[in-house]
Amino acid sequence: MTQHSRATSNVFTPTGKLQFGIFFQGVNSGTIWKAPESGSQTDFESFRRIAQTAERGLFAAFFLGEGLRLREHLGRPHALDVVGRPDAQTMLAALASVTNNIGLVATQNTTYNDPADLAHRLASMDLISGGRAAWNIVTTDNAWTGANFRRGGYLDHADRYKHAEAFVETAKRIWDSWETPNGPARPVLHEGQHYTVDVTPRLPRSAQYRPVLFQAGDSPQGRDFAARQADVIFSAHPTFDDAVEFRQDLVARSLAAGRGANAVQIMPASEFILAPTAEEAAEKKEWVRSLQIGPQQAVAYLEQFWGRELSDYDPDGPLPEIDPVVEETSETRGSGFHGAKARQLADQWRAEAKDKGLSIRQFVTSRTARVDSTFTGSYAAVADQLAEYARVGAVDGFNVSPWLIPTGLDDIVNHLVPELQERGVYPTEYRGTTLRENLGLETPVRSAETVRA
Amino acid sequence: MSTNESARAGFLAIELDGAGWDGAGFGSLTEAVLAAESAGFHVATFTDEPAPGRANALQRAAYAGPITRTIALVPEVDTVYTEPFHVSTQLASLDYVAGGRAGWIATAGESPEAAAAVGREFVSGAALGQEAAASIEVSRRLWDSWEDDAVIRDVATGRYIDVDKLHYADFETPADFAGAAYSVKGPSIIPRPLQGQLPVLVPASLLGGVSADAVDGVLVNAPTPELLAAEVRDVRTRVGASVAVVAELDVVLDARGQAAGDRGAGADSGRARYTGPAAALVDLLAPLLAEADGVRLHPASLAVDLGELARLVLPELRRRGALRSPVQDGTFRDLLGLERPTNRYASAAAGTGK
Repeated sequence: MTQHSRATSNVFTPTGKLQFGIFFQGVNSGTIWKAPESGSQTDFESFRRIAQTAERGLFAAFFLGEGLRLREHLGRPHALDVVGRPDAQTMLAALASVTNNIGLVATQNTTYNDPADLAHRLASMDLISGGRAAWNIVTTDNAWTGANFRRGGYLDHADRYKHAEAFVETAKRIWDSWETPNGPARPVLHEGQHYTVDVTPRLPRSAQYRPVLFQAGDSPQGRDFAARQADVIFSAHPTFDDAVEFRQDLVARSLAAGRGANAVQIMPASEFILAPTAEEAAEKKEWVRSLQIGPQQAVAYLEQFWGRELSDYDPDGPLPEIDPVVEETSETRGSGFHGAKARQLADQWRAEAKDKGLSIRQFVTSRTARVDSTFTGSYAAVADQLAEYARVGAVDGFNVSPWLIPTGLDDIVNHLVPELQERGVYPTEYRGTTLRENLGLETPVRSAETVRA
Repeated sequence: MSTNESARAGFLAIELDGAGWDGAGFGSLTEAVLAAESAGFHVATFTDEPAPGRANALQRAAYAGPITRTIALVPEVDTVYTEPFHVSTQLASLDYVAGGRAGWIATAGESPEAAAAVGREFVSGAALGQEAAASIEVSRRLWDSWEDDAVIRDVATGRYIDVDKLHYADFETPADFAGAAYSVKGPSIIPRPLQGQLPVLVPASLLGGVSADAVDGVLVNAPTPELLAAEVRDVRTRVGASVAVVAELDVVLDARGQAAGDRGAGADSGRARYTGPAAALVDLLAPLLAEADGVRLHPASLAVDLGELARLVLPELRRRGALRSPVQDGTFRDLLGLERPTNRYASAAAGTGK
């Protein structure tokens, strides 16, 4: 089947291949900072090292998150996890000069940016990198984060995707605005509820036409949004059955959106704990987990739900018998938990921990350890496992969150990639120099909307 | 500032606006910045004036960071139609990727087009200075919002950071702010920049709205090259000795067998323009570099003039002792003779942390 017919076909066809992305998280408990080999989270050398390692392993993309406000814990910045990260596009522009093929993906929010400004900066990064830029679209919004911005930025939650979609469509029109590679540019006008844009775009199309679009929302609206707008969805469904089901769901949504069944690629977030043998990998996993969720992190995790200090409780003892002081966990403080029913949850957890005989630390580890997104085992066994994903087309690849910076990809690149190549499910060279080429995505067609405008 | 050379020696900056560089691809940015560094320029600046095909200034500076060693990288970033929190984070990040060689030319675009692009009210006149002052203050507070040693990685207590060393910026626009009032909470999402505070430069036209105490350098214009020295002295009396005064000069050189006057130097930029042979430019710059802390050159064509400057102008200025020696692995603050600033929020230390 040719590339063209695959793109427009209404039947999903697996490519039989996988690709990797690397997500340098910068803020989370998954990155170990307590080991002697834990490197800086801000020095450029850490970013250079990991990006160049990824490129050596033919990774398709290097992802960075976006920081808009520091996470807080009980009213103060959260102290226990890795925190403090650079601006995504600034860092990626710098990495563009020391890498050649890897895609550079900036997570950027539609609430705290202006469409014309963000579209210009992404187009700029796309030109500077020779057609390797991508935008990971996120739509989170709340007044707490808005306190760092002129526009405040609190939206009615229900409007979130409607607004985001208008934003993305405006950005696409901006990237479409040059009629030929030499211009002229047509003005782009948008008058919406949240933004007014009147701009004559200044940048031509890049070597890959325009930045590739990633999207990470997992709600039904988020999936529909991705099906209509995105090239790749950064999913939260890495386990095999779950991934297959997610693929079916996304194919259906893509077809409903009038796009081909193969139009949107899927790359779930994942973690790899690898070693020469299964036993060594299991041992390594224990070590990784013990450093990810230390005693203080375990107690702090409960404090998020209890809404009170629990530092008197022994991390190796049972869950606190006292009740949360709040009815619902408070509006996000960057913790990612919205309005959970705190008391109900506390009761459930205490029962579950008691039932399984788990201490605070064991219980929190079991809840946060990304049980679902971790591949643990020997290089060969994990390669076999991944090859099956490729065979059925459950995913198009995996977006790896390394648990160690900057050496966290070494195992994957040195050992897993060759195993995957032997099985014929991983590229042996970059297909091209642009991200779109390397992902095997179609070049967009200049939209009728723009031509009409 | 080095004590071995004349205290009167100045630095040379070059604007790498991309115009005129042979080849449209971004290989040309690499070539231009490396040529400027090897010629001995101390500073490369990146305009963000809108022009078709011109990529974002801050990103161009970031791209240049890892491939250079010595030259300071200083983009223009607008203060009126941008989000101060993003600007602060982007500039701090630039300092990290440039190994402490970053600076900021804070501009205040008087542009109806820029306002319309982001759907904001057009800002003009005295309000521009207020916008610039507010945005600079936000950045300065956010850069200090992490103390230098805030990342402690204390395994015993499980703390990655010491929260006592993080601070809310709690910025609010002043009561007489002409534009829409805003506030910025903080702290920054990135630790304190490598230099503590990036050097901030503004065009002299913003002085008044922006206090001289808030900046580290001022860019000075005059109608002709001959009037620059007097203008530099005049601005010096207004800003004092602790602020670097930088003269702005367009340059069109005789080159490749063609007289400068015949080269067609393009539209009037509003800056003083030197047109002629390299030797007379040296005679103009040597005394000017004794008067000003630095001179920023705007070559009519990078492709043509940068080579001439490298071959005929910088070596002769060095021979006459008019140029500071570039400092290997030095910061932009080092070049300007600025100490590492104390942090305004540091509990034990005094000082304003400018």
